[in-house]
Amino acid sequence: MHIDVLEKRWIQISIALMAAFAVLIGVAAFAWGVQVPTLERRVDPARLKDDPIWSNPGVREVVPGKHYEVYMIAKVWQFEPREIQVPVGARVTFYVTSADVQHAFKIVGTSVSMQVLPGYVGKVSYTFQEPGEYSFICTEYCGIGHAAMYGVIKVTESK
Amino acid sequence: MAETFRLPPSEKKLIVWHLVIGVVAISIGGSLGLFQILNHGGIDWYGWLSKIGIKNYYQGLTLHGVLNAIVWTTYFIMAFLTFNVVYGLKQPLKSAKVNWLGFWVMTLGVVLAAIPIWLNQATVLYTFYPPMLAPWFFYLGLALLVVGSWIEGWGLAWTYFAWRKANPGQRSPFIAFASVLTFLLWQLATIGVAAEVLILLLPWSLGLTPGLDVELARTLFWWFGHPLVYFWLLPAYISWYGYLPRQAGGKLFSDTLARLAFWLFLLLSVPVGFHHQYLDPGVPPTWRYIHALLTLSVVVPSMMTLFTVVASLEYAGRKRGGKGLLGWIRALPWGDPSVAAQLLAGLIFVFGGIGGVINASYNVNMILHNTTWVSGHFHLTVGTAVTLTFIGIFYWWAPYLTGKPLPVKLARVQVWLYAIGMAIFSQAMHALGLLGAPRRTPLGNAPYIPPEWQGLLLRELIGGILLVTGGTLFIVIAAYFAFAKPKERVTVEPPVAEALQDPQLTPAWLDTWRPWVVGAVFLVLLAYTPVLLDLVQNMVLVTAPRIPLW
Repeated sequence: MHIDVLEKRWIQISIALMAAFAVLIGVAAFAWGVQVPTLERRVDPARLKDDPIWSNPGVREVVPGKHYEVYMIAKVWQFEPREIQVPVGARVTFYVTSADVQHAFKIVGTSVSMQVLPGYVGKVSYTFQEPGEYSFICTEYCGIGHAAMYGVIKVTESK
Repeated sequence: MAETFRLPPSEKKLIVWHLVIGVVAISIGGSLGLFQILNHGGIDWYGWLSKIGIKNYYQGLTLHGVLNAIVWTTYFIMAFLTFNVVYGLKQPLKSAKVNWLGFWVMTLGVVLAAIPIWLNQATVLYTFYPPMLAPWFFYLGLALLVVGSWIEGWGLAWTYFAWRKANPGQRSPFIAFASVLTFLLWQLATIGVAAEVLILLLPWSLGLTPGLDVELARTLFWWFGHPLVYFWLLPAYISWYGYLPRQAGGKLFSDTLARLAFWLFLLLSVPVGFHHQYLDPGVPPTWRYIHALLTLSVVVPSMMTLFTVVASLEYAGRKRGGKGLLGWIRALPWGDPSVAAQLLAGLIFVFGGIGGVINASYNVNMILHNTTWVSGHFHLTVGTAVTLTFIGIFYWWAPYLTGKPLPVKLARVQVWLYAIGMAIFSQAMHALGLLGAPRRTPLGNAPYIPPEWQGLLLRELIGGILLVTGGTLFIVIAAYFAFAKPKERVTVEPPVAEALQDPQLTPAWLDTWRPWVVGAVFLVLLAYTPVLLDLVQNMVLVTAPRIPLW
């Protein structure tokens, strides 16, 4: 089989480059923890109100100033809760699920982003390094009110 | 090259009707894009648009996606594949009736799906994610569209394999080979969406099943959704490998590597769907990473394509007297709108490809997922690399089919306006996405838009207006071919490129089907079976909301 020598080099460089990308991405994800959202568990979206956790979504303090959990329900066309407050520098773990159709949860200006599916609780963690107001928005089409579906995270100075 | 092969009348008519429907689809679908960019720019014309049935942004966006990305592409592609098989083999279809049947089934499907969209009953966007519920005949229409395309493809494969049987030991002509391969890729890809529609959505919309699992539905959709983009791209590649070198005045640099690249696309472009689901909780992260690896490996045949196409063009440019490191680029026949369209499409596709590698990069994807970056990305790929190439093909094909001369000056302006408009528009979309602007959203009505996005939204509008103007000129040119009666007649020979090296020297294993097809099926099963089993065993049945959502 005839392959031009320059083309052979080009293919070799392409393979090496992609292999390098694959390794870098893998190391960042599995060794350094720059990881995609994961599955917490499955739930019946019709019975969220019967569930002790989901009947009262919001912020839970796990270790004061250090670790917080946020339980968030997405539904047409609002997030519940719409406003939360966490201290700067604390590890915040978001658990998000949907009560009806598909939504998505993205905190603008951060790497936090996930698909929010009815039946599934997604989990993702983040540490806010700067105080201020961050908006979180729905980034999956969910009906006529989709563009108005957002909320605010107030990240406060730690004492 | 004295042999002339005349396209049989039935095949010619079949091709022309595909093009008519495809062009009508993109004319409507493309025009709706104008209202989207106007909304982003702060000007809302949906009140006016509702007088002709488009009641809101999302209904228009559903049509924009379905008509441009599904109807325009599929009809143009089926026409082009049909032409490549018939003209490449210099043989009529085994049965034009079978292909006509496929055409009518497809078209019935389009009509069935279009009616509820037009009535604002299926405003579910072109991904139709459950548990949003559209009327059952919307899903039936989608199923018929897919099945119709299968029937047409089987007709092509029948013709091609009969030719191979009659010509043992002969390398099949590249354009026919690559076209049948493109159809096989489509066949393998559409199994996923066919399963989603026939097993999950259609029975559910008829009330026969209590509910469905949305992650399972998404997984079957993206089994289809990513190879769909290769179904769009490969016909453009067929033109870049199989026609453009001749149009530029040269030859295909390597028939061998062209075929190898196509086989690698068949192998690798289906088992990669999880890269659209990097942020889906229901797919295990390890499997998402495995699909990331497979996606990165698709870069290799893409880079081979880049090399071979550029090498073929350089050969042509130097033959035309181009000198120096880059002088051959200037020497290419830029004045020919068909060539200019494809060169610009290829150039813009470089940025689409780089963006694609970024999107594929697993955790990096978190930054841009569901943002306008992604919309910007696929306007560079399917919107430009594919569509502008198809427009370029149209510029030699329509004169060939109708005998009417191309309005060259108008076509030149069309091509450049489209490319420049798209470049500005897409750049703005990419930049907005990095700031966090969500895709598929009427940003003009969103309450959370910070002031620093406004400049980019305006840039998106300016680029979009140039793009829509370029698109409109294409509609004008297409209408000229349909209705004008110019006195001057032209005879066009389809510019099928020869390879530098006799294709008979291409190794036989690159012209053998079974091992590659078996390998592709095997890889798909390997990449999907464990996750599908897990999803099926742990289904959470979800019902459709009772309130109207749009």
